[in-house]
Amino acid sequence: MTGTAVPPITPRGEEARYYERLRAHEVTYQGCADCDSVIFPLRTVCPGCGSESLEDRVSSGRGSIHSFTTQHRAGHPLLADRVPYTLVLVDLDEGFRVMADLPGVDPESVAVGQSVEAWFDDIDERLTVLRFRRAGEDS
Amino acid sequence: MSIRGTAAIVGAAQVDTFRTEGRSPVGLMAVSVTRALADAGLTLADVDGVFTSSSYYAFPSLTLSEYLGIHPRFVDTTAIGGASFVAHLGHAAAAIQAGLCEVAVVAYGSTQRSDAGKLVSMAESSPYEAPYGLIHPIGAFGMVANRHMAQYGTTSEQLAELAVAARAWSLLTDDAPYPAPLTIDEVVSSPVIASPLHKLDCCLVTDGGGAVVLVSAERARDLRSDPVYLLGTGEAQNHRNFSQMPDLTSTEASRSSARALEMAGVTLGEIDTVHVYDAFTISLLVLLEDLGFCAKGEGGAFVEGGRVAPGGELALNTNGAGLSHVHPGMLGMFLIIEAVQQLRGAAGRRQVPDARLSLVHGMGLTLAAHATAVLSNQPPA
Ligand SMILES: [Zn+2]
Repeated sequence: MTGTAVPPITPRGEEARYYERLRAHEVTYQGCADCDSVIFPLRTVCPGCGSESLEDRVSSGRGSIHSFTTQHRAGHPLLADRVPYTLVLVDLDEGFRVMADLPGVDPESVAVGQSVEAWFDDIDERLTVLRFRRAGEDS
Repeated sequence: MSIRGTAAIVGAAQVDTFRTEGRSPVGLMAVSVTRALADAGLTLADVDGVFTSSSYYAFPSLTLSEYLGIHPRFVDTTAIGGASFVAHLGHAAAAIQAGLCEVAVVAYGSTQRSDAGKLVSMAESSPYEAPYGLIHPIGAFGMVANRHMAQYGTTSEQLAELAVAARAWSLLTDDAPYPAPLTIDEVVSSPVIASPLHKLDCCLVTDGGGAVVLVSAERARDLRSDPVYLLGTGEAQNHRNFSQMPDLTSTEASRSSARALEMAGVTLGEIDTVHVYDAFTISLLVLLEDLGFCAKGEGGAFVEGGRVAPGGELALNTNGAGLSHVHPGMLGMFLIIEAVQQLRGAAGRRQVPDARLSLVHGMGLTLAAHATAVLSNQPPA
């Protein structure tokens, strides 16, 4: 647990279920029982075929950097003391993409295509946030 | 049935495009509307259609109409970010053709500069993205740029060409907010905000109001101004949240522009002036590729050597657009007004000789929404 504050969020419905699973240190995505679509973020209907028969699946948390940016300004006052920080889009091995961050890295060392793995930052008693580190590195 | 050539822009006005002295966002919209109507030889009493979008007002057609004391019978507040106003042109033409209104005003106003540089927005953030503090939109465009560089070898110097060209165009206006030329070196040595994008890769943050008036092509012939006909429009979109953008380096602009050109019955090669949303150097580069001015991935080489600067092959963003002239939160309206100026032959030192056809491309959010319009000072054949 870093205890670092993050900008507040108000997840509802399936969004809340995603964050409940993050509390258990699982990254949830969905598969469609009718058309095999891989679905993220969580939905109530399949964007591939309209089916409501969606099943929750747990990701390996392994993937690669699709792209990244290092911000030299904070996107929220709560993050002011973390500047500069590096955000990533990660393509998970199961075939979906998430936005997250790569805390504590040397920005100059980050590149498209690098392998990354998920870790789980327990912010407080209620919220866990998904973060990434380069495969084989400590976070 | 098509709206090709059925409506025309007969009035246009913009005010306080850098810093306003005492006008609110709706105040900027309102004075733009009355001046655009005067340009057309019409009055507020003639207006029965209102088209607008706003980052300030949840119900902007109500806010603007109350302020102006008008009671429109048709309104449209389609909100697709900076592309909204280009989309409104097509919607207005359709409403006029359907008899739902006769005199349509499209309006926008913002005090983003007076608001001390704080990006004003009512937009909600996704619970999947908000914890990470991505700055909308520059953080997203940093990721687009890094991806484009990794895929195609695009360089910061190539991106800087677009900022340099925009500055050169803006120096041909009478109200250039930054009246000195820019060099590639100055752009790439300005502070990095969201890697690899520098401060001078970003659009300006300005105030500004703008409005245009549309009527049927038939009625336009009886009005005092030279009509600018709406020959074609097209729209396309593919995401809301940046993390779900299907392809960071290729957008639906290819579809919206193809739809607009097809409706207009013209090809890209026939276009005389081009007005493309330039929130950032990288977003403009990607759009130039998607609009078909060069192949995907070749945008960097395409813009080298001043090809889109004054005197170059492509008359692009002839007043300096968002990168060097005006960007009050959303730019689309001001792209339309500059095209109208060019097609009226009223663009002064930056006038493109004998301009007859213009393409305007609005983009909304993180390359998410697109609206393209083809305008001409010649009635449809
Ligand atoms: Zn399905």
